[in-house]
This record gives sequence, C-alpha cells and structure tokens, in this order.
Amino acid sequence: MSSSAIVLALAVFGASAVEAVEALTIVLAAGTSRGWRSAAEGVVAALAVLVVIVAGVGVPLIHLVPIDVLRVVIGGLLLVLGLQWLRKAVLRATGNKALHDEDAIYASTVAQLSQADAPSSNSEVPDGGWRRSLSGPRDAVGFTVAFKGVFLEGLEVVLVVLTLGASSNRLGLAAGAAAAAIVVVTAVGFVVARQLSAVPENTMKLAVGIMLTSFGVFWVGEGFGLHWPGNDLAILVLIAWFAAIAGTLVLGMDRLTRRSSAGDRSTSRVPVQRGDEVGDSI
Amino acid sequence: MTATKRAIAAFGKFWWEFLVGDTPGLLVGTIVVIVAALALRHHRTAGFIVVPLIAGVALALSIFRGRKTDRS
Repeated sequence: MSSSAIVLALAVFGASAVEAVEALTIVLAAGTSRGWRSAAEGVVAALAVLVVIVAGVGVPLIHLVPIDVLRVVIGGLLLVLGLQWLRKAVLRATGNKALHDEDAIYASTVAQLSQADAPSSNSEVPDGGWRRSLSGPRDAVGFTVAFKGVFLEGLEVVLVVLTLGASSNRLGLAAGAAAAAIVVVTAVGFVVARQLSAVPENTMKLAVGIMLTSFGVFWVGEGFGLHWPGNDLAILVLIAWFAAIAGTLVLGMDRLTRRSSAGDRSTSRVPVQRGDEVGDSI
Repeated sequence: MTATKRAIAAFGKFWWEFLVGDTPGLLVGTIVVIVAALALRHHRTAGFIVVPLIAGVALALSIFRGRKTDRS
C-alpha cells in the first residue's frame, strides 16, 4: 500500500471516528430515554439511506465526471471542510471556543427527550435506561432523533468518503476505513457508554483537519496539472506544512489569549458547553 | 410547503451551512486557492509554494477573526 493510500485511509478513519462519536452520543441518548427498539430502527433506516446515497452518487461520480474536474471540485470541498475543522480545533484548543462536550450533549438530549410525551406502552417502566430491550414498544420520537443524528453525521462521513475516495480512485479503501471507524467507535462507545467525553475529540479534529486540508490543496493542484515535487509524496510535505501552521497558531493564540485574559480578569476562558448546532458539528 | 420544496430547502440549507456557515472567510480563501492554482499551473516552482501558503494565510486570518467573534 502506497504512502498516499495509508494517509487517505487514516484521514477517512479519523474523520469518520469523530462523526461516529457525535452520532453515537445522540443514539445512546435516544435509546436510553425512549427505548432501544426505535433507536435501533432509526439507526438502521439512516444507514440504509446513506448506503443508497453512496451507491447512487459515488459510483456514477467516478465513471461520468472527468477526473480532473472531479479533483478540483472535490479538492475545494475538502479544503473548505479541512480549514473549518482546523479553525474550530485551534480555537477550542486555545480556549476561544467552547469545547464539544459529549457528556453535556448526552445529558441535554436525554433531558429534552424525557420531557417529550413518553411512549404510552412504556409508562409502566419506572426506569427506562438500558433495561428497555430491543423488543420493547415503538416510539416515533426515539426513531426520529436516532435517524436524524445518524443521517446528518453520516452525511458528513459520506461526503469525506466520496470526496477522498473518488478523487484518488480508491472508493473501496475509503469506504472500508469509514466502516472500520464506525465499528470501532460503536464497539468502544457501548463499552464506555456515557463516557464519550473521554475521547480526545478536539485532538482528533485537529489531526483530521490537517489531513483534509492537505488533501484538498493537493487535489486542487492535481486537477489543474500543478507540478508537485515527488508526486503523491507531496501530501506528506503538505501535512507537515499545515501541522506546523496549526501548531504555531495554537501557541500564538494561546499566548494572545493569556495576555488579554491577564489584562481583563473578568474575561475568562469560554466554558465547556453544548455546541451541536448544525454548523458546529461539522 | 410541499415535501419536494422542503427537501430542496433542506438540501440547500445543508450546503449553505457546509460551505459558508459562520466562516465565509474560509470559503473566500478556498476560492483564492483555486484561482491561484489555476493561474500558477504552468509555473514549476511558484505553484507548490504559493498555493499552500495562501491556504495557511486564509486559516490564520480566519482564526484571528474568530478569536474576537467567538469569545463574545
């Protein structure tokens, strides 16, 4: 396996793992508060729709669109996504943006779902939690929340798989890496349920942001026929370049933040809070 | 609103949030990167130096602006 294939697999795995953690948090909250049967059905339905999208869009994309056009468009999308991830990761690492706390999101989602009308046939169950089995009653709220969580986060995984896989003609490898990440996160998530905040999400986001940005710049250049010294190996140089920039920005921003905080004691660091609005989850 | 219109609106909203969201500067930076790559495609050395440099500058500017806006 070439070095660019390994980097590609790592990038897809990392990006998919971050999104899978976010989706799993929502599914755990839905399953715990509304019953596991509907949450599981919501997950399966969302995965089925995502598979249809990959098959319906991904395969024709590779065969019908000229590869150079595909690389410029996809490189641009990767670059936007990578730069957004890097920006958020640097701001969060330096205390300029609230951390994405999965425990807070879990607690908030459970509280919201518990306030909604409880499924009628569940009313006799005093403590929902893990005791509700997969053979329990159906619940539309649990289904919808699990479906939306998996579908929206999964859409981003699909986007990463399609963009990285299609531009390098390695759709199978990208899909495999994403599937592996989802399996690993799901397995680990159910073992350490309710402790998803232990996952170093911001560090992962920083690393994946560096890789997505590097791939984005590389594919935009490739699409236009830009000369990259060392061909595919240039990706490694780009990763080193953007890692150096990110590191410098983290150190510089940290220093700036400390200086301004010292000048104004009342302006403390942004506290950890729920931050899962649509733009924030990207 | 019909189901089709709702689906189109949701599709448009997803792409708007994805591409622009609260960081329109990064989209502008990406467009500048693409234009620079197009303009420098025949230069053997300038292209691979300038294009990543522009991406880095766009990121730095956006983060510096974010420092002021995201804290408030």
